Amino acid sequence: MRVPLKWLREYVDVSIPLKEVAHRLTMAGLEVTGIERTGSDWENVVVGEVLEVRPHPDADRLRLVTVGDGASRYEVVCGAPNVAKGQKIAYASLGASLIDASTGEPRKLKKAKIRGVASEGMVCSERELGLGGEHEGILVLAADAPIGRPLAEILGDTVLVIDMKPNRADGLSILGVARDIAALTGTSVREPDSTVDARGAPIEARAGAEIADPDLCPRFTLALVEGIEIVPSPSWMQERLLAAGMRPINNVVDITNYVMLELGQPIHAFDYDTIEDHRIIVRRARPHETLVTLDGRQQCFERGELLITDPSGSIAVAGVMGGLATEVTEKTRNVLLEVANFNPVSIRRTAAALKLQSEASRRFAWGVSPELAPIASRRATKLLVEHAGGVAAEGLVDVHPAKSSPATVSLPRKRLPQVLGIDPPETTIVESLVALGFEVKAEPDRFLVRVPYWRRDVQIPDDVVEEVARMIGYDRIPVEPLAGRVPPRVVQPLRELRERLKDWLVDAGMQEVITYPLTSLDVLSRVVARESLERSPPLAVVNPLNVGQERLRTSLRASVLDVVARNLRLGRTRVAIFEAARVYLPTGSALPDEPERIVGAVSGPRLDRWGSPTAESADFFDAKAYVQQIFDRSGVEVSYAATEEYGLLGGRSAELRVGEGAVGVLGQVHPRTAQTFGLADDVYLFEIRLEDLLPHVKPVPHYRALAKFPAVVEDLAVIVSRETAASSLVEEILAHPLASSASVFDEYQGEPIPAGKKSLALSIAYLAPDRTLTDADVKKAREKIVARLTAKFGAERRQ
Amino acid sequence: MDVLQKIDATRMRARDSLARVEDERALEDWRIDFLGRKSETVSVLRSLGELDSDLRRKAGQAANALKSELEEAYRSKQEELAEAKIRKAQTLGRIDVTLPSRPLSSGRLHPITQTERDIVDAFVAQGFSVIEGPEVELDYYNFEALRIPDDHPARELMDTFYVDHPGEGHRRLVLRTHTSPNQIRFMEKNRPPIRIVCPGRIYRNEATDPTHEWMSSQVEVLAVDEGLTLAHLKGTLFEFAKRIFGQDRKIRFRCDFFRFVEPGVDMAIDCFLCGGSGCRTCKKEGWIEILGAGMVHPEILANMGYDPEIYTGFAAGLGIERADMLRRGVDDIRHYYENDLRFLKQF
Repeated sequence: MRVPLKWLREYVDVSIPLKEVAHRLTMAGLEVTGIERTGSDWENVVVGEVLEVRPHPDADRLRLVTVGDGASRYEVVCGAPNVAKGQKIAYASLGASLIDASTGEPRKLKKAKIRGVASEGMVCSERELGLGGEHEGILVLAADAPIGRPLAEILGDTVLVIDMKPNRADGLSILGVARDIAALTGTSVREPDSTVDARGAPIEARAGAEIADPDLCPRFTLALVEGIEIVPSPSWMQERLLAAGMRPINNVVDITNYVMLELGQPIHAFDYDTIEDHRIIVRRARPHETLVTLDGRQQCFERGELLITDPSGSIAVAGVMGGLATEVTEKTRNVLLEVANFNPVSIRRTAAALKLQSEASRRFAWGVSPELAPIASRRATKLLVEHAGGVAAEGLVDVHPAKSSPATVSLPRKRLPQVLGIDPPETTIVESLVALGFEVKAEPDRFLVRVPYWRRDVQIPDDVVEEVARMIGYDRIPVEPLAGRVPPRVVQPLRELRERLKDWLVDAGMQEVITYPLTSLDVLSRVVARESLERSPPLAVVNPLNVGQERLRTSLRASVLDVVARNLRLGRTRVAIFEAARVYLPTGSALPDEPERIVGAVSGPRLDRWGSPTAESADFFDAKAYVQQIFDRSGVEVSYAATEEYGLLGGRSAELRVGEGAVGVLGQVHPRTAQTFGLADDVYLFEIRLEDLLPHVKPVPHYRALAKFPAVVEDLAVIVSRETAASSLVEEILAHPLASSASVFDEYQGEPIPAGKKSLALSIAYLAPDRTLTDADVKKAREKIVARLTAKFGAERRQ
Repeated sequence: MDVLQKIDATRMRARDSLARVEDERALEDWRIDFLGRKSETVSVLRSLGELDSDLRRKAGQAANALKSELEEAYRSKQEELAEAKIRKAQTLGRIDVTLPSRPLSSGRLHPITQTERDIVDAFVAQGFSVIEGPEVELDYYNFEALRIPDDHPARELMDTFYVDHPGEGHRRLVLRTHTSPNQIRFMEKNRPPIRIVCPGRIYRNEATDPTHEWMSSQVEVLAVDEGLTLAHLKGTLFEFAKRIFGQDRKIRFRCDFFRFVEPGVDMAIDCFLCGGSGCRTCKKEGWIEILGAGMVHPEILANMGYDPEIYTGFAAGLGIERADMLRRGVDDIRHYYENDLRFLKQF
């Protein structure tokens, strides 16, 4: 909402600095987001008079204009078609700072030759002055503008730009803002004059209206002004409309807009003589009914939109836009003013469906008080009589099927301290409310508060509490520490696990990333098998913002691989990242499942002492290190079983098995999959399904007694088939009661080991809980173990 | 040569020899030669028995004096060598301390995770429990139950992603536009007293620019009990503001509008960069707005089956990205989800 200060001052005296006014409005909920000063940069721009207009010798479209500023005469080249002798115009002399009409950038006016003729300055358009955008031709000032006067003194203004919230429909008017300013600065408003000098015959005989659908139209009024003349509106009105951001058109249209901005009530003017039978019916559209609206578009109604009609058919879309056939034109002599009230939801739907949002539809959608219709009608009629030279018919056609009495709210006295934590004195409460236009009756245990018609947002006691609070100021509310009963803590095991896993991965050196959950089928299909996408298609967004962000992801893998690729492209050598997030799995019922996953990926070479890349690349076991420590720290026994999975390389992938089931996967990204992300190097990836892991997690690992006697540590090298899993050997060794730990410390294939075999070197610790082992004990255990490995895996001891 | 002369000669040789010792190994050889079991010093002492008493006394004293003297010389040489070794490490072994460290593999939590935790902790410390909810949400929880019915202009304040799904009206699916649905979901299943803090991702269908992202993160705060007032809201948020933005912060409330609270407020903190005198960060205002809050609308309490004449509550919702941008001086919200490691590794 733009509130020009000159206009505002018509209704309220602004006696304190504007910055302070803006501050108080903001604190009271009318957020002033800017104070614009138009004209502050209009140096060297004055009111000039066009003394003479001659053709340019070398250009048909240009004219030579002699401009007088009261002291001197200047020869100016002008391209505007509407320049004429005798006009008062905005003359910019050399050195003036103007806005370039084509680029929108400010520039200094210099002496220039235009088609061979020197131009001493310029005749300005609105755009060059920063007053408006789309105007053709020069700005023509009112005939009585004083020659030589700096333009800023006439057109310069200050505009408060307010971010109005949808509860304050009354604030979409200059008067509404003035009311709040008056209340906040301890003064009163001057309501605009709407007394009509009605000299015409009563309207009843000459116009009529009926409301067929009162649920969508609580009130409908008509006023008639006859014998008007369509001319430009007075300069002060044009200046105000310009400052408020609306384009002046002619006196009738300008007056309807002016009253809308002034009071908040949209008004539509019909050419009275185009209305069949001068009778209006407000009704829902019939199926397939059509209308050509003011913008020249043919509208077709299918949803029962509310229409303004006459006996011959539709003439306007109620509250949204008028029809072309009944619009006010230069030939119009008699104006029928529609000032009505419509159902906000209906207007909002229609405006959205027809893509015809306007200042009028916005006000209706926010909710206008039906009380305002006759007031605004009289105000507009008065202005038409004054500025369009018409005669007003006596009275109004006023159809008001849904009359409502003024709202009264009963505010219990105890409610103020109960909500605000303070108990203001009665006089403060009453004065605050009265200043805002409420009527207050103080009773022993409550206040009876009658709400002014323009504040339809105030409906319940707490709404009144807020009015009091914003008047006395929120600074008066004390800061009190939260007291009272502390509810029992709600445990969220999944969140706790996720956050712990994130910490562990970070401890291990991985970087957390967060990516968007919306992706495309195409991207998902790189990491999820087509059949699976077809069997259970990912949820789609109806109104995506960007191409490629239409589907809710069912896998994090693509997002994470994309981040790896992007960072390698940015020149990073080694990337180790993970994301902990949800995937969205469609279900039969309304809400999808949102299970949580952690996906990590590692790529790039290992680094040397200087952090420079070495010839060694990160491999499966780098990724496994991250995975393993998650399980170690969460006290979960995991085993790795070779697996095949879409997008991963067979023979280099393992399922993460816990108990009977799997909780995730670890492996090399299939080179062809990697390629689709632009990844040329090997990438290793892991995925953990948190819901599957959670039941196995031991939040506090259990204590194991420390050995009281020394362990005997021995190495054992065996030759086994390539296919034998090292973990199965370890498992077998640990089955011996004296073997307390066993770990692989070398793997070797090649000469002199026979083809198809590998040598594994294991370090075994022998330990007894109750004594120091003798050489004989260890020898016996070793022999037993070797025998078992041989029996079970065909292992051969390597000496 | 009598025994006393012999002792003197040993002293001379020991002194000469020790002067030539330059390292620990030579010192050890010297010790064996002059103080060892088979050394002259010790053998003199051992042979004293063969002497007459007068000479034995004199020779005994002299030999013991020599032994003590050499032991002392040994210790001081030992000390001297240790000192020399340290000096050598300091001089010849001098390192350029400005060389880079060995690379530790180092990762960080995403800055938004870090700030989310800090914010959540500020409320957990005040007795709030952490609650999370679905990101794909029913229209009912995201709007309807929060008094934002279809066709209400307040919906225009939140551009919404709709999910393709057969449900209509209340049953429509949306990507939640705020974390406020958690309020309703929790109140439906619990009774006062309630204190919850709900972090999570939210989605708005709006074009991105340096201060707007279609995905962002929010923390919702809700407390319901008998006797809670706007003053308690102030106190609770004051604790949060101090923890995140510094102990000397001041807070300010102003009137604002959100459908699910009444009265509604917007909270600002005094600018921690300029201390309130006005700078670029606070747009010369001295105050920075960081969150919306208010007293839970009595209609919502009533819908949840709580008597609004007995129970009151407060709610607040704040953007994590905005808080993070302020505390770290990040100038463009789009950095967060571009995942350029040069950005993420800074924090």
